[in-house]
Amino acid sequence: MTDPSQVSRVDPLGGLTRRRLLTGLGAVAGLAAGRRWAPRWGGAAQAATSAPIKIGFQAHRTGIGAAYGRWYERVTHAAVKFINAGGGIAGRPVELITEDDGTDPKRGAEVVEKMATQHHVDVTFGTLFSHVVVGSAPRAGELKMPYFVVSEGYHVASTKLNRYVFQPGITDVRSQVMSMAPWVSNHLGKKVTMIFPDYAFGHDHRDFFATAMAAHGGEVIEKIAIPPTERSFAKYLPKIPRQTDVLYHVMVGPGVLTFVKELGEFFGSKHPEIFGFIDSLEAVDIATPGLEFLEGSYFWEAHPRYMSADAPESETFYRDAVGVNHEGASVSDPKDISTYSHMFGCWETLFVLKEAIEASGYQSPTPADKQKLMEAVEAMTTFEAGREHPQGDKIFNGKLHQSFGHQYISKVEGAKLKPVHRTAIEDGLYEPAGDYTTQSF
Amino acid sequence: MIGRPASARVVGLHGAVLAALLLLQFILPAYHHGILTRVMVLAVYATGYNILLGYTGLLSLGHAMFFAAGLYGAGLTVYHLAWPVPLGFISGVLAGLALAAIVGFLALRTVGVAFMIVTMMFAQAFYLLTLYCADYTRGDEGFVLTQDMRRMALGDWTLSLAEPVIRYNAALLLFGICLIACVWWVGSPMGRVLIAIRENEERTTMLGYHTYAHKFIALLISAAMCAAAGAAYGLLFGYVGSTFATIHYSISPLLWVLLGGAATTLGPLLGALCMFYLVDILSGYTTAYLLFVGLILVLLIVWFPKGILGTLRERRLQWLP
Amino acid sequence: MDFGPYLLLAALEGLVTAAVLALTALGLSLVFGVMRIVNVAHGEFFMLGAVLAWGFTSLLTGHPALGFALAMIGSPLIVGAIAWLAERLVLRRLHYDPEATIVATIGLLYIIQQLALSVYGPEARPVTAPVTFRIQFPWFGYAGYKLLVVGVSILFLLATWFVIARTRIGLIMRATQYDRETAQAFAIPVDRVYAGVFAAGAMLAAMAAVLIVPIQQAHYLMGLDPLLLSFIVVIIGGLGSLKGTVFAALLIGMSDGMISVFFSPTLAKILATLLVALVLVYRPQGLFGEVAQ
Repeated sequence: MTDPSQVSRVDPLGGLTRRRLLTGLGAVAGLAAGRRWAPRWGGAAQAATSAPIKIGFQAHRTGIGAAYGRWYERVTHAAVKFINAGGGIAGRPVELITEDDGTDPKRGAEVVEKMATQHHVDVTFGTLFSHVVVGSAPRAGELKMPYFVVSEGYHVASTKLNRYVFQPGITDVRSQVMSMAPWVSNHLGKKVTMIFPDYAFGHDHRDFFATAMAAHGGEVIEKIAIPPTERSFAKYLPKIPRQTDVLYHVMVGPGVLTFVKELGEFFGSKHPEIFGFIDSLEAVDIATPGLEFLEGSYFWEAHPRYMSADAPESETFYRDAVGVNHEGASVSDPKDISTYSHMFGCWETLFVLKEAIEASGYQSPTPADKQKLMEAVEAMTTFEAGREHPQGDKIFNGKLHQSFGHQYISKVEGAKLKPVHRTAIEDGLYEPAGDYTTQSF
Repeated sequence: MIGRPASARVVGLHGAVLAALLLLQFILPAYHHGILTRVMVLAVYATGYNILLGYTGLLSLGHAMFFAAGLYGAGLTVYHLAWPVPLGFISGVLAGLALAAIVGFLALRTVGVAFMIVTMMFAQAFYLLTLYCADYTRGDEGFVLTQDMRRMALGDWTLSLAEPVIRYNAALLLFGICLIACVWWVGSPMGRVLIAIRENEERTTMLGYHTYAHKFIALLISAAMCAAAGAAYGLLFGYVGSTFATIHYSISPLLWVLLGGAATTLGPLLGALCMFYLVDILSGYTTAYLLFVGLILVLLIVWFPKGILGTLRERRLQWLP
Repeated sequence: MDFGPYLLLAALEGLVTAAVLALTALGLSLVFGVMRIVNVAHGEFFMLGAVLAWGFTSLLTGHPALGFALAMIGSPLIVGAIAWLAERLVLRRLHYDPEATIVATIGLLYIIQQLALSVYGPEARPVTAPVTFRIQFPWFGYAGYKLLVVGVSILFLLATWFVIARTRIGLIMRATQYDRETAQAFAIPVDRVYAGVFAAGAMLAAMAAVLIVPIQQAHYLMGLDPLLLSFIVVIIGGLGSLKGTVFAALLIGMSDGMISVFFSPTLAKILATLLVALVLVYRPQGLFGEVAQ
């Protein structure tokens, strides 16, 4: 028999008192915030040198960049596995912390904040889409977070961002576009019509290629800008002048297949030379029905999707590690084509980081150590081709925080891409627009 | 009660909220400190939106254009013309007002669904304009306001808007001003007319009120607040880009306001806060976090259609403004 | 290219856009007209139709027309079922309150989009057209399938008109749209009509998507554009007017193509968008709608 003084009031929530609810809510809130405290709790007891190196990976898991994001994640995990199998960085294991930025610049900045203030990572890396890079970079600079992007945009090298942003693992679009001009002018034709999306990525192509063509005896006779919301392209094709020697296209996004199909329907068998960037067809099978029109056309590639017979051992090793077969498709699903000309950037960036951390004696995310790390990166000049840099050797410009490398031109033959030209690194060098090393940290 | 000048309870409640926000900055860990700064600026955006939706009853699907007008108004002047921060901020707000005047003149001739579509169309045109003027705006890629550009001179001191403390308090100041303005206005005679318009426009007209003029002023104030939020966002966080003019940034304040409670003064803040943490916490567990956001939205609207504070007001606290 | 042929190409493209848009917008118009609610998830039903079409066509190897026929039947049915479920579980409980419905359908949008991302993936995948043939005009080539799309859309539009104007079901729908309470008084099961209309609206969007997917690709974010365009069409055409919807779809589809012949494309889009807004400002009831009394 219960003591009447101990009987609680009738509780319609069945025992869930307000206090318990608040405690529960508090616990949830604490859990969310508490992730931050937990590592510290154990970390204090460990010696600093064996604590993991925390790398924050800003991934495009959702949104318009999701197709790239998936492969970026696979390659990143493969690289981390390889690094850890070799003893980690400076003897410390690499811990990867991934956050989705939804391919959105606002969310990107928030992710950078989260990496810095909640996850307490040593560096953040991995952003691809230009607008997300530009949206997130200021925050990285303010939080003094070394920020390594794998974006191929010209934004880093333009020196308009800040000293904390680096792009050592992948070349930039200005360099890529410039190095195409000599070959296009000499082998395909002098009069070029360009079709590009009417936003920053397309404008970069338009501006840089026009200048480069002019410098090599050619001319861009027509520039057709397609609005970003466009889904069908046939109505723009009549703008292509009849005297066009070369059609240069860099359409990206879900509508690319439509674009190529409609090109084919429009022209039939009589058409100018076609030159495109593999950005249009990353993660897309060249053998897809409807793309027959591309047979005999040319593409820029950073890292040839189809492995050639004389490829070095590092290429085989890299493909094995990331799970890609000789045709650039996933070994577990041949229909899953990789974003081969971009994802190597993740792999190479991580090895640059490894080299820099080991060279600088970096220990923990203190301002002094971070400065040492970044100065070590700025001091780098070359990256040798090999397992750590499977795309090829590169020159790194410490003042621009940007790498320069070889580019490839491939021809579509039998629904495969066959490299026909490899540029020299000098083909893609340009006058620096500024100097990050003169900025303060 | 809605439409009465602020009683002591109301003043006390809002004062307490602001005081709490002021004090929280000293105890919050760095991450949540940064989050709250952002949420406060976005809460200003939501409050501005609420003036039109909750209190005037006009559902706009194009408010991103006012936010973006503020963003670009401040960003372009500071970046290209090297204007100081306060002047940039003011030009952002003025840009929003100017845009609202034009849009309001045309859009307020419509009501209901037509108003929704018209505002959506104007916003879409504005978005395309930011892309078209890429020479100045850098289009979707956007441009960065460096830390140097975001320094404010106040007498002998230089305040850097990149400093967390300055940023937090700037956001709090802006939010505080807008919140107080909202509370005062909602209780004022004009506020009551707006609520009457929301409830039944024809009757209000019959009572002799110039409803068009009232709606126009409401739109101007709403736009000014949203533009202020946009200008603040650009100046505080250093990035200006067309993404902020897309339709997703028009839907967001709608979600925040409806979640927190339309026609409540504190609903926008609550909604913005909840949505933010919802996404943040969920994305730590799954990439399909939008799925759960969607589910929670549906559940909330089915069980709490007036939003959190709106339901609270209905069931318990009738005095909540 | 000379001006005449250029205009012809733009006109053909405009026809295709208009045809698909008319079907999609018709779905939205039905829902708007009868239920008086805004379905922000309408574009996602469109996307689902396309994604399911990919699913069906990749099930059946062999002649693409077989897979496509299966998609033509299966996609709308599944999408209709999902819509019907959504209506019963969610919209009904909101008593069709306009603002609440918007939030709920935004939630639905997120749910459907995210499910598509998780199950289907982020890639844009092509679907082979049931028939592939190229029509060679003297100045340019054109995909024959596109003309087929126009033809089939017209058939569907006529069929929908027939059901609404000449059958008992259509009569019940129109009665409910005209005056819900009186319809109830006449023993019309308004709730079931609403569920049916919502499902039918989604099915029309799905059908349109199945038609267009061999031309465009199936991508999980492809629902936004059709949503925006459908809204515009329905409002310009006038709420509750099927004739208006079709006419507005034609207008917008064709003008989208033609204006870009004369202006730079982005500028053309800006002008077209402003034009739509102005039409609504000066004629809020749309071109064919009745002025609200």
